[in-house]
Amino acid sequence: MPGSIRLRSVLVGATAVALVATGCGGGDSGGDGGGSGVIRASWGDPQHPLEPANTNEVQGGKVLDMIFRGLKRYNPETGEAEDMMAESIETEDQRNFTVTIKDGWQFQDGTPVTADSYVDAWNYGAHLDNAQVASYFFQFIEGYDEVHPEEEGAEATADTLSGLEVTGEHTFEVRLSEPFALWPETLGYAAYAPLPQAFFEDHDAWLAKPVGNGPYQIDSYQRSQRMNLVRYDDYSGPDDARNDGVELRVYTDNNTAYTDLQAGNLDLIDDVPASQLKNARSDLGDRYINQPAGIIQTVSFPLYDDAWSGDDGVKLRQGLSMAINREEITQRIFQDTRTPASDFTSPVLGDAGGFQEGLCGEVCEYHPDRAKELIDEAGGLPGGRVTLSSNVDTGSHRQWLDAVCNSVNNALESENACTVNPVPTFADFRNQISNREMTGMFRTGWQMDYPLIQNFLQPLYYTDASSNDGGYSSEEFDALVDEANSADNEDDSVSLFQDAEQVLVDDLPAIPLWYQNGTAGYSERLRDVRLNPFSVPVFTDITVG
Amino acid sequence: MGRYVIRRLLQMIPVFIGATFLIFLMVYALGDPVAALFGDRGPDPATAAALRAEFNLDKPVWQQYVLYMGKIFTGDFGTAFNGEPVIDLMGRAFPISARLMLVALIFEVIIGITLGVITGLRRGRSLDTSVLVLTLVVIAIPTFVLGTTLQYFLGVEFGWIDPAVGPEGRIDELIVPGMILALVSLAYVTRLTRTSVAENIRADYIRTAVAKGLPRRRVTVRHLLRNSLIPVVTYLGADIGNLMAGAIVTERIFNIQGVGYQLFQGILRQNSPTVVGFVVVLVLIFLLANLLVDLLYAVLDPRIRYA
Repeated sequence: MPGSIRLRSVLVGATAVALVATGCGGGDSGGDGGGSGVIRASWGDPQHPLEPANTNEVQGGKVLDMIFRGLKRYNPETGEAEDMMAESIETEDQRNFTVTIKDGWQFQDGTPVTADSYVDAWNYGAHLDNAQVASYFFQFIEGYDEVHPEEEGAEATADTLSGLEVTGEHTFEVRLSEPFALWPETLGYAAYAPLPQAFFEDHDAWLAKPVGNGPYQIDSYQRSQRMNLVRYDDYSGPDDARNDGVELRVYTDNNTAYTDLQAGNLDLIDDVPASQLKNARSDLGDRYINQPAGIIQTVSFPLYDDAWSGDDGVKLRQGLSMAINREEITQRIFQDTRTPASDFTSPVLGDAGGFQEGLCGEVCEYHPDRAKELIDEAGGLPGGRVTLSSNVDTGSHRQWLDAVCNSVNNALESENACTVNPVPTFADFRNQISNREMTGMFRTGWQMDYPLIQNFLQPLYYTDASSNDGGYSSEEFDALVDEANSADNEDDSVSLFQDAEQVLVDDLPAIPLWYQNGTAGYSERLRDVRLNPFSVPVFTDITVG
Repeated sequence: MGRYVIRRLLQMIPVFIGATFLIFLMVYALGDPVAALFGDRGPDPATAAALRAEFNLDKPVWQQYVLYMGKIFTGDFGTAFNGEPVIDLMGRAFPISARLMLVALIFEVIIGITLGVITGLRRGRSLDTSVLVLTLVVIAIPTFVLGTTLQYFLGVEFGWIDPAVGPEGRIDELIVPGMILALVSLAYVTRLTRTSVAENIRADYIRTAVAKGLPRRRVTVRHLLRNSLIPVVTYLGADIGNLMAGAIVTERIFNIQGVGYQLFQGILRQNSPTVVGFVVVLVLIFLLANLLVDLLYAVLDPRIRYA
């Protein structure tokens, strides 16, 4: 609400009178969870039914993170994968792994978590017939091709992954289709969660009220309205909930959630609306969180189009990259909730994880004169102009698209060098990209699946990888990635991935724009609120009162 | 009268089929929704194909339509992408929106008509002018500005209401949102009533009624109002449908999980079963409301007869 600050100061007097008159503050008038140790948090309607391998967005992932614990868990502070249910994950060749899980864990329905709980869940998630949107997480395991053939219309020729074998009540063997040194580090992702027998026996009932093995259990769930979670008292992990529970309320508009937070009816929002970013600091003070998340925004090019390939193409892309004033855009439009990007990963990885500030060098800096030179050397923009495409139905994409194009136009001293091509819906936009119909620049955002440098490079730039939207292909890059994956230890692997990233800087198949932050705000009732690298609140740590 | 009703009901069938088919085409024209389910990642062809088959998206649009309509008559409105039957979504959303609509309608009828009659009787006086200006202001300000402003002051500054309505949508929580929703229509109702009253007050039958020495109240209510209400009732009838569907903005502001919200989600996620299902019901409500209006004409003005 623009101008609300001024209105507010005018109304301070009137408010005071009104408060005395009504005999109550704007405080706890309606919340049923209020008063006790329950956190009232905002939520969005999950896009898919809540099951581990069928969840690829934040809202569903938030719940899975509360009710499940897998083999590994990413440290909320450092992003490092640490053993959770895993006793040990051993390998000698980076390809055959022996997984031993801890004894004594149980699901919230009282059944024990065994090796079968994992193997059955993974087989379910991988199988084509179950049409799980995150089944690609199991693609590294041998036999994935048989249970989940890639081609349209193909049918599964096996029921289970041949690379999985249960060898004891608490041990199982995993054989990958090729060496992957960082594979154990990927296991903190929710798709790898174990599932109780009840999931397979009565699937619908399980979906209506999912049962996991994590620190919270679901008390009641009204789809697309609210979910009440309570602390699971028999939880076996080290990260017990320090509060009584969480009430997740679906908000259709995060502006309303923000207003509810101000009114004292809500304790926590994990996405401050763009229109309130300006006021959040003054409204909430220290209770406003703005910290890096594992999200990078880039602009990609249709490298399958002759106009953008070859040596001239590289110069064009470098020139366009230097024509974008990232500093100004992140400050003015995003109120510093974005940080100009200088590599292809994210600061949440940390230096040890492969983040390298400034790797991209002057190519990712604003040098309008050099930009113009480079583009002139390349023979000018194809057809004299370029478009920048993105869906405009969500986020505040339209604003920055205009800003980026303006920046390019200013640098090239031409009013129509860059124009925005808005695509109405996300689905339409993704379709155009998948069908390779792009002719100019287009937005490509990437939210990490797990905090690994591999995840920022391989799915996006490896030849024919699932999210290689620009159609980039480099033998040198592919070879370095392969080498990194079969490295003997994690340090070598990370350093080889960084070498591969250097290839990207030289070829510039995509322009890094900025790293995205997570934002949150909370009420005075809460203590110890922070976001993990996925920009999801660490609910277990929050104390109330 | 009975035959008229039956004829009108039969006329609904082609309108119903046409409207639903158009909606179906429009949702279909938005493109393939499956790609969006995979986020920023390119979908793997096999899973995408399996999902398309599950939602019948792999068939030509006319066939999808026939399959869909066939199921509707058995009460199966399909499944939303989050795995929930659309009929369950409707079962939750429609009662909430209906309550919201009722609140809005009551505001419109009581305040709108009262104001209209008062100003119509006092045309040109200062009260009339100020109400006219006020209605103009209300019509000119977009709903979301009024909505968010009121929400902020009543909800945050004064703490009189909860800014967000709970999932149950209790009637007391719906009063402020209902008022916001009613405001624009209320202004139109006021203006319509005013004009109509002002016109009819000079009619012969009013002069006769006054000359007969009937009490002023009886003249106003029985003679003047009854004859002036026809255009207002027409408007209100059409407005019922608008209130149900057009509440998208109000429902968003106050976090009401009604029809507007579900439609909005359905469109955003290109979920044709949700969108078409809700629209089908809205079309029915619209048609029935209009039928009701036509029947009310005869009650209000006996000269109008249906054979």
